[in-house]
Amino acid sequence: MPGKTLSAWVSEGTKPEVLYWVGCAASFDDRAQRVARAFTKLLDKAGVTWGILGTEESCTGDPAKRAGNDFLFQMLALQNIQTLNAYEVKTIVATCPHCFNTLRNEYPQLGGNYEVWHHSQYLLHLIQTGRLQVDGAISPDGVVVYHDPCYLGRGNGEYEAPREILRRAGAQLREAPRSKDFALCCGAGGAQMFKEPEPGHKDINIERTEELLALKPDRIAVACPFCMTMITDGTKHAGVHGKVPVQDIAEYLAQRLGLI
Amino acid sequence: MLSQVIFGVVLVGAVALFVYHIRLLNRTLKIGRPYALEGPSSAHWMQMLRVAVFQQRMMDRPIASAAHWVIYVGFLVINIEVLEIVIDGLTGSHRALAPLLGSAYNLMTVSAEVFLALVFVAAVIFLWRRNIQKLPRFHTAEMRGWPPLDANIILWTEIGLVSALLIMNAADFILQTRGVPPYVQAGAFPVSSLLRPLFEGFSDNTLIAVERAAWWVHILGILAFLNYIPFSKHLHIFLSFPNTYYAPLEVPGKIPSNPALTPTIKEALGLPLENGTAQHSGETIPLGAKDVTELSWKNLLDAYTCTECGRCTSVCPAHLTGKKLSPRKIMMDTRDRLEEIKRAYHKTGHWEPDGRSLLGDYITPEEIWACTTCNACVRACPVLINPVSIIVQLREHLVMEASQAPESLNVMFTNLENNGSPWALPAADRAKWIEA
Repeated sequence: MPGKTLSAWVSEGTKPEVLYWVGCAASFDDRAQRVARAFTKLLDKAGVTWGILGTEESCTGDPAKRAGNDFLFQMLALQNIQTLNAYEVKTIVATCPHCFNTLRNEYPQLGGNYEVWHHSQYLLHLIQTGRLQVDGAISPDGVVVYHDPCYLGRGNGEYEAPREILRRAGAQLREAPRSKDFALCCGAGGAQMFKEPEPGHKDINIERTEELLALKPDRIAVACPFCMTMITDGTKHAGVHGKVPVQDIAEYLAQRLGLI
Repeated sequence: MLSQVIFGVVLVGAVALFVYHIRLLNRTLKIGRPYALEGPSSAHWMQMLRVAVFQQRMMDRPIASAAHWVIYVGFLVINIEVLEIVIDGLTGSHRALAPLLGSAYNLMTVSAEVFLALVFVAAVIFLWRRNIQKLPRFHTAEMRGWPPLDANIILWTEIGLVSALLIMNAADFILQTRGVPPYVQAGAFPVSSLLRPLFEGFSDNTLIAVERAAWWVHILGILAFLNYIPFSKHLHIFLSFPNTYYAPLEVPGKIPSNPALTPTIKEALGLPLENGTAQHSGETIPLGAKDVTELSWKNLLDAYTCTECGRCTSVCPAHLTGKKLSPRKIMMDTRDRLEEIKRAYHKTGHWEPDGRSLLGDYITPEEIWACTTCNACVRACPVLINPVSIIVQLREHLVMEASQAPESLNVMFTNLENNGSPWALPAADRAKWIEA
């Protein structure tokens, strides 16, 4: 099923089950776009109807807010809320933990109240309710180390859903010394993605990628488009780009199901 | 009789001085902006019980946790003996609780003795970790001068206080066995009796002098220490409780927005205002914080609660990769700036700018721009202090009030305004990923 915007759904006189909040990264970044395609193939496979806002979507405001521009954040948020409320959106799924966190925790104060899922939670929900069938056979892809995104993990307390998906998809999980509550940030949060790092002796993504690579994984799994960029750059720096692929959990699952 | 009077005067004076400083501290917190407690109070009580009373988060580091538990429980247990000291001091009695408690008195002295020994060992472990093992988190840039001295004063005082009690009990024990009045048989002393050989050769009068001297050193030491606490990082022994009570219940991912801005923005966007929302009240809307006067009183309570353990800094990704940011320094700077201005504030009851500020004179923009808002510091704090909250408010001042954002962030803001995306890419292309 090709993706449709909510306005297209509405013009057909119906509504999809969920709104997929694509986010700026998956809208514009080549690598994150592949994650969006993998995720929506999984939705299709599970028979979930979904729509996007398309040109009506704009940044949730997360980077503006964390960079200290509450004014701009509220402007973006209020506009998005106006759009979401006009479509009477109930359920939102986001593939970006920053969008997920902002929609879930910061929009209610401004009048936006939705049931918000991170795609790891939603995919696990689809598996648990039997809508997505995954056999538990050990994957030939070997050892996977999962990197916790700050805004999914510490920020919202979700450590298990992405790990459970990887396990059900047959991954042999190995935990980094700093994981879950004490996972090390990839270095992109708090609007760092959009600026040069302050002076220091090392870049944070290098520090984190070295820690992950020390576990000798066959793959690194992420659940955030910014972590994807930062850790991928880290593998380039370590000279293992392509040898140790960095994949979103949705891609890992879609691959196991032969969807990509 | 004279000693009872002296004791009474010193006791009342010391407690009054302590109460004065705590009340002053409470007034100092009011320098901050309002902070609204959200959620049911039962949930806040539970949070305090879990985090402060049961020290849930201390367990993240088992050795420190074990030693800290010993000192914490020891403090409570030994305080029963201190209660007896106060009664004895005021009434001129000796071991006043012995006849009241009967056989339970032995249980009391034995548990106190065991904890005296354990506290001694725990304090030595803490001194070791700090000064000999030199754990990195105790030796970062902000840990020079007063902060490490403060820490060592606290630990040596604790060693001094428990030693005085052990010496007192040892002398008392020998006097009891010799049957010297008023040293009647009372209590059991499994630890201090081990010190017996040190004092065995002393005459009765020398032993009485040792016992009395140790008694006075202990109680005067406690009263002096009590009045040292308001000027020390050791305030955490009291403030951990209110701080964990008042800490928000929400997930740390949430950063609240300034509600005062919302009506203006809604107006600009042509959105309807909710009923009862004041339009322009005429007051200037505070944008972020430049100084402690613009932070919330909870931020200020956080600063006074900080005991400088440095768990936050030891997990901060910016700090670990050599950036200037240290979340602990953010808290220490906030407290130090507050200490700097509080005298002038209390003199007049309001705040007159002194040409200095938290941002600029204490914390540099380079520090706050290094933060990834990853919340590792927030998660690491055993008493729910939130350095990210202060960092974001300082950023808000730099961006919205002073227009001093780094250039690359200004570019991002412009892109967000023009395209609704942090990159300069057209909104029209947002759905193109589907076609590819």
